Amino acid sequence: MFGMVTRGLLTGLLAGALVALAGTAGADANWKQTTNSKATKLEQCVRPTGEIRRYHMDLLKHQRDVTVHQGVRKTPDALAGCIDCHVNKDPQGKSIPVNGDRQFCSSCHAFAAVHLDCFQCHSTVPTGR
Amino acid sequence: MNAEPTDAGRRDFLGKAAIVGATVVAPGIVLHAVAEAAPRSEAVSSKVRWGMLIDTTKCADGCRACVDACDQENGLNLQTRPEGEDAKKWDEQRAVWIRKVKVRDNLTGRVTGLPVMCQHCEHPPCVDVCPTGASFRRADGIVMVDRHICIGCRYCMMACPYKARSFIHEAVEDKLTLAPRGKGCVESCTLCVHRLDNGRTTTACQDACTKDGHAAIVFGDLKDPNSPVSKALAQVQSNQIRPELKLDTGVRYHGL
Repeated sequence: MFGMVTRGLLTGLLAGALVALAGTAGADANWKQTTNSKATKLEQCVRPTGEIRRYHMDLLKHQRDVTVHQGVRKTPDALAGCIDCHVNKDPQGKSIPVNGDRQFCSSCHAFAAVHLDCFQCHSTVPTGR
Repeated sequence: MNAEPTDAGRRDFLGKAAIVGATVVAPGIVLHAVAEAAPRSEAVSSKVRWGMLIDTTKCADGCRACVDACDQENGLNLQTRPEGEDAKKWDEQRAVWIRKVKVRDNLTGRVTGLPVMCQHCEHPPCVDVCPTGASFRRADGIVMVDRHICIGCRYCMMACPYKARSFIHEAVEDKLTLAPRGKGCVESCTLCVHRLDNGRTTTACQDACTKDGHAAIVFGDLKDPNSPVSKALAQVQSNQIRPELKLDTGVRYHGL
């Protein structure tokens, strides 16, 4: 009985892991092949890709406090840096908002069904200032 | 009582001298000024307190250079009137960081014009009343709002004796990278904190005022006796607005 429960659990976990893997792999193929952002030409983000995927929200949340309250702006973890690197340009050379349909931020967030609140206040394209 | 005319040439010379001084220092010794020329990598400290002296005798009637420069610099000009909103109501509600105010002495009839913005108090009432800690005073004396924590209750707007804060009532379409802005948060003058954090030492309003030839605004570090603002404060009479509140404001006025 106990063994069966464990096996059931294991199978469930494995299936879950597979779904998660397939999901991230899908996201990878999606954005790298269909974009022209600076990031597509780079080997790696500011940290290993897996780490960024799992922890970018924590990095951003930590950085926002350090920047707002302590004034530290020289950092690889700033949201402005993410946008600058991951924003795509349309054929006219105009930046497409990162939270737009199928853009870098929104594609993954839509997939994961996680609300993306940054852009209620933050600019979705680099404004240069 | 007379304000010494600001000697722009001398100030420029001092500025350049500081830069040269910073560059010729022996290897291994890095001056503070050099470290600040790039985006800030260390936390701000209370060794600095940013402040301003505004010479109301030089502030020209009808001039809005500081207000317009502030609007441009901080993306306030990107605010748009919501469809169907009454124009007058919108004028009263849109976020404004600097107000041009006229005060009249009823006894003598003397009229003084002055820009009023967040006074960056040492003991800010807006920070006292904030229920979430969103309204805070940075170590270097800048009073700011952390929009991540602001719940939009507007207690700070009630508490501020200077009417310095604005509330963003509607969703904001366009915003600058350096000035995030969104519905439901309070905001006010930040002394151009993005400039200071990136190593610049002037504010947009000061630059505009100087460019227009009035040079009524002197900005700098109140704790550095050699800063332009400290030198000016040591020379001319200056007031705080509502000194009886004992808030020890960072923005001082001459000729008020």
